[in-house]
Amino acid sequence: MRSTDWLQLALYIGALALITKPLGIYLTHVLDARGTTWLDPVMKPLERLTYRLMGVVPEKEQDWKGYTFAMLLFSLAGCLFTYAILRLQHLLPLNPQGLGPLSPHLAFNTAVSFTTNTNWQSYGGESTMSYFSQMVALTLHNFASAATGIAIAAALVRGIARQSATTLGNFWVDLVRTTYYLLLPICVVFAIALVSQGMIQNFSPYTKARLVEPYKVPVEKKNDKGETVLGADGKPVMEEQTIDEQVIAQGPMASQIAVKMLGTNGGGFANANAAQPFENPTPLSNFLQMLSIFAIGSALTYYLGRMTGNQGHGWSVWAAMMAIFLAGALVCWWAEASGNPIHHGLGVAAADGNMEGKEIRFGIFNSALFATITTAASCGAVNSMHDSFTALGGLVPLFNIELGEIVIGGVGAGLYGMLVFVVLAVFIAGLMVGRTPEYLGKKIQSYEVKMAMLSLLVLSLSILGFSAWASASEWGLAGLNNVGPHGLGEILYAFSSATGNNGSAFAGLTANTPWYNTTLGLAMLIGRFLMIIPIMAIAGSLVVKKASPPGAGTFPVSGVTFTALLVGTVLLIGALNFFPVLALGPIIEHFLNAQGTLY
Amino acid sequence: MTRKAPSLFDGKIVGPAIADSFRKLHPAHMIRNPVMFVTMVGAILTTVAIFTAGAERGFIAQLALWLWFTVLFANFAEAVAEGRGKAQAAALRKARSDTTARRLLAGREERVPATHLRKGDLVVCEAGDVIPADGDVVEGIASVDEAAITGESAPVIRESGGDRSAVTGGTRVLSDRIVVRVTMEEGHGFLDRMIALVEGARRQKTPNEIALTILLAALTVIFLPVCVTLKPFGVYSGTVFSIPVLTALLVCLIPTTIGGLLSAIGIAGMDRVMQRNVLAMSGRAVEAAGDVDVLLLDKTGTITLGNRMATEFIPAGGVPVSVLADAAQLASLADETPEGRSIAVLAKQKFGLRGREVAEPHAQFVPFTAQTRMSGVDFPALNGKPARKIRKGAADAVRAHVESLGGSFPQDMVRGVEDISRAGGTPLVVADGRDVLGVMHLKDVVKGGIKERFSHLRRMGIRTVMITGDNPLTAAAIAAEAGVDDFMAQAKPEDKLARIREEQARGHLVAMTGDGTNDAPALAQADVGVAMNTGTQAAREAGNMVDLDSNPTKLIEIVEIGKQLLMTRGALTTFSIANDVAKYFAIIPAMLMATFPAIAPLNVMRLQSPSSAILSAVIFNALIIIALIPLALHGVRYRPIGALAVLRRNLLIFGAGGIIIPFIGIKAIDIIIATIHLV
Repeated sequence: MRSTDWLQLALYIGALALITKPLGIYLTHVLDARGTTWLDPVMKPLERLTYRLMGVVPEKEQDWKGYTFAMLLFSLAGCLFTYAILRLQHLLPLNPQGLGPLSPHLAFNTAVSFTTNTNWQSYGGESTMSYFSQMVALTLHNFASAATGIAIAAALVRGIARQSATTLGNFWVDLVRTTYYLLLPICVVFAIALVSQGMIQNFSPYTKARLVEPYKVPVEKKNDKGETVLGADGKPVMEEQTIDEQVIAQGPMASQIAVKMLGTNGGGFANANAAQPFENPTPLSNFLQMLSIFAIGSALTYYLGRMTGNQGHGWSVWAAMMAIFLAGALVCWWAEASGNPIHHGLGVAAADGNMEGKEIRFGIFNSALFATITTAASCGAVNSMHDSFTALGGLVPLFNIELGEIVIGGVGAGLYGMLVFVVLAVFIAGLMVGRTPEYLGKKIQSYEVKMAMLSLLVLSLSILGFSAWASASEWGLAGLNNVGPHGLGEILYAFSSATGNNGSAFAGLTANTPWYNTTLGLAMLIGRFLMIIPIMAIAGSLVVKKASPPGAGTFPVSGVTFTALLVGTVLLIGALNFFPVLALGPIIEHFLNAQGTLY
Repeated sequence: MTRKAPSLFDGKIVGPAIADSFRKLHPAHMIRNPVMFVTMVGAILTTVAIFTAGAERGFIAQLALWLWFTVLFANFAEAVAEGRGKAQAAALRKARSDTTARRLLAGREERVPATHLRKGDLVVCEAGDVIPADGDVVEGIASVDEAAITGESAPVIRESGGDRSAVTGGTRVLSDRIVVRVTMEEGHGFLDRMIALVEGARRQKTPNEIALTILLAALTVIFLPVCVTLKPFGVYSGTVFSIPVLTALLVCLIPTTIGGLLSAIGIAGMDRVMQRNVLAMSGRAVEAAGDVDVLLLDKTGTITLGNRMATEFIPAGGVPVSVLADAAQLASLADETPEGRSIAVLAKQKFGLRGREVAEPHAQFVPFTAQTRMSGVDFPALNGKPARKIRKGAADAVRAHVESLGGSFPQDMVRGVEDISRAGGTPLVVADGRDVLGVMHLKDVVKGGIKERFSHLRRMGIRTVMITGDNPLTAAAIAAEAGVDDFMAQAKPEDKLARIREEQARGHLVAMTGDGTNDAPALAQADVGVAMNTGTQAAREAGNMVDLDSNPTKLIEIVEIGKQLLMTRGALTTFSIANDVAKYFAIIPAMLMATFPAIAPLNVMRLQSPSSAILSAVIFNALIIIALIPLALHGVRYRPIGALAVLRRNLLIFGAGGIIIPFIGIKAIDIIIATIHLV
């Protein structure tokens, strides 16, 4: 835990705090149908044209049901569109490698994954996806799913801020404006910045390079039909193969990476994601990528404060997120820096901690920080192998996801997820000031409590239910490459990541099987839409309420006390559910590691 | 008067409550409380497991026993709270012994049982009769003993017309004769409703209670899969989690503490209101009282003592003040109005002038009439003293009087009168013959301590609005003196209603008190309408609370009780949820210990054995319900220190405390278990 690393941590949080306000103010303009931005001269005609083509009347607002229905319709259409492209990839252009169509279950999994802003990848990008698939089928969702999340968050904030109203805005308008005025322009600038750091952006076929130092690897011997030849002992016969060239993937990377980070999508262009040199060339690109993951989510808290006329509340929510984030980052960093206890026992401990599965260029701190950020937000991009983290180091990302990714969180999703906890915190603790609970003057009653709890129930039921099923069934165990608590951690991570729409993987799990692709796909759908529906119902119920004016007896939703309360609520109600299963997974693994048992 | 609260664990209440705890095990009753229902199902499952268990039978039997205790303790808490209400109901019921009514039918009296009375019937009640049903006095005046419902032994006057016409069935006429028109039939009367309310028989869950029940049920539903999925996770990990152990974990995690005490808190809240001699028509009203942020208070009787009092003598130029005081006292000796008496008292206090006998020789008292608008006293010329004609009255009346006698109204007095009026007081000018002696300052006297009360309310976040029929000048002066936040001058009953609607439209919750029939619409519109028991039937029907003591200041106490009720719920919910941390740290290591001894460091409490750890957690979980019954019944103390400070305080006590206390409690129980070798 070096001082330069501390400095970078401070720099990171400082930079984030600095961009929160300007970006938040910009959001208030973007998310207002009549708002004006300096991009109007360029984008306004395009915006109008889009409305005309879609047949949208931008002035006509929708109630919560209309808004939600529009969102579901849009998501369904996008999902089917992507599914079709992936299945027909071989017939479509921009496929210099001649890659074939995806299997139905993989196409389902991938289409759902990108629609839900999860970007779980059961495939390796460069060996599965054509440039067309990457750019059209997937990048489309990188924008659309991010814009959808922001739209839902904006609708919820309007529900809180407006009084005695019925409508929450127009989904199509929010979608279009977020894409045109927020995501596209920032991505253009960001992509150029990334290219300046050495990221590639081309349509070339993959390059082959001769190795300076060819090497031999044992591979299973295949017969003419491509089947593995078995020896007398029933094991595959091995033969040596000389590797003397390397295939270097190319492609339009920068354009996809910009939105991958900014929209907390996380789906890598390359299989190695942000650990691949082209996808994350320099320390600066690494820093910018980490910053862009949190940027919009952080700005949305400012938007919340601005819209509700209580900026202190916005900052309190931000502070609560930061508190949980910092705690996680420090634990993860410390655990990784402490290294592997068994190495210590053998006297071979590296001075710089647990380097297994980490990119040398980034080292312990930047790997730990990136892992915490990508799971705190529902990004899922990775620059190191989370599976190779120490038990406690790996617990942090898993824990972040299981909290519901409300620490900054996915763009929009983080805010609306956190607001569920705000509603619960206000309901439980609000009583303690001697009033029936109010959130910013609006009564929190049975309906809101019911819906808030429903969304929490969905999260924990999906993660625990699917994980339990997988851990006790053949199809689940078949995919496992590790045993014991670590294997359980891998299964748990997969379903947490899918339900939480994170998309990062513990790996170590062969997930490209019909069973895993299907169950993970379902978990993603549940984690996205079954969360959004109750949350929109809360928005619909709050928007019609009248707010009582604040007074000395009003429950304070800003300040240190509220921040502490919110953190406590998140930990007590959100996290404790997972304690038993975490004990069976990473926690016991930690203690066993300490005793010298590895998995 | 306040009713004496029965001591917490009064034998008369505890006995039946224990029996009730078992009676309440009926599934139809249990299902109303999802948390405790799940606990009971767990207890049944564990009980069944005793018979299939092997070596662990003793441990499982103890688990089952404590799970049953958990359910019974929760039932007991509810039964105790209800028992306190029932004790009051029994006292009320005595008043409603079978009564015979003297019904007037076409001018003839006939005796019928009270149960036969119908709405609109006329009944006669004379001294000694029990009034057979609720109604309005339509004829006559009588003193009535209402001790049966108010507990107050001093009789009250009930008369036809006006705001004191309502009588309550079950009360007794002490003197005179009245004719009552029945407004409520037997079984629906005030007393019946009161009995039903305090007994809790018709108790319905309040909106906030329903919301909280949903939260608790949802938490239970969330913890259910947490525990159920441990079974397959256990299979994966090569360890078997038995049903009793998983049940123990579930019961410890679900919020049994607040689940068990929730209804007791609600009943006790109603009960506390009742102890203040206020009858809340529903729990909803008590809950709403906690939310009130605007109080409309009538000036008279609530803020001021109700009568104007003389506070100052301002003599006219050249007149010694003692002369003025003396004359004023003489003029007031026969004046039995409170104002008149206050003048005599002030003169005595300030100048030591003894209240002379009213029978001052030859004095001729001149009473106040609407024509002269003056009162006073005349002395004939006697023993060399000249005849005197002392008058006191409104400035213009006295001016006309002295001018008619050839005198003049001094300029300084005109100013004095104006000054008093501007200060919100009433000037009363005193003249002796044709000479104006001076002016007295009569003003409303604000009740002692009321200013502190209002600043106390302000800190609670409640705004007070004074309603008065006075002119704006007077109203402003009194408002400033009493420290109210706002006032409504020259208010008519319609204005009250309009004001309430206006406040409500701005999102405020309004409480008010009232007694007259013309208050009824406002009482009905207010979120909390407290009708005075001395008020009319219409007012009592319109409000959602009736103050049996007819004390308008009581509203403040009601608000505090409402707040206390809500705070207690929030505090125990927080406590209950915070408790889970320690229980996890007790049970989870215990569950894993057999298969993974490496988990030992997670057993931070260093509990003796897995069985002892699990049992300790379950025992703590059960005992904490009993331990918190007093808090549930008395309520968390409310301090008017502002929402933020209250929140901080309660978060510290019930949030942080809720995390720490079970660690200590479970460890203590574990030591006891190990000492006496229970497992």
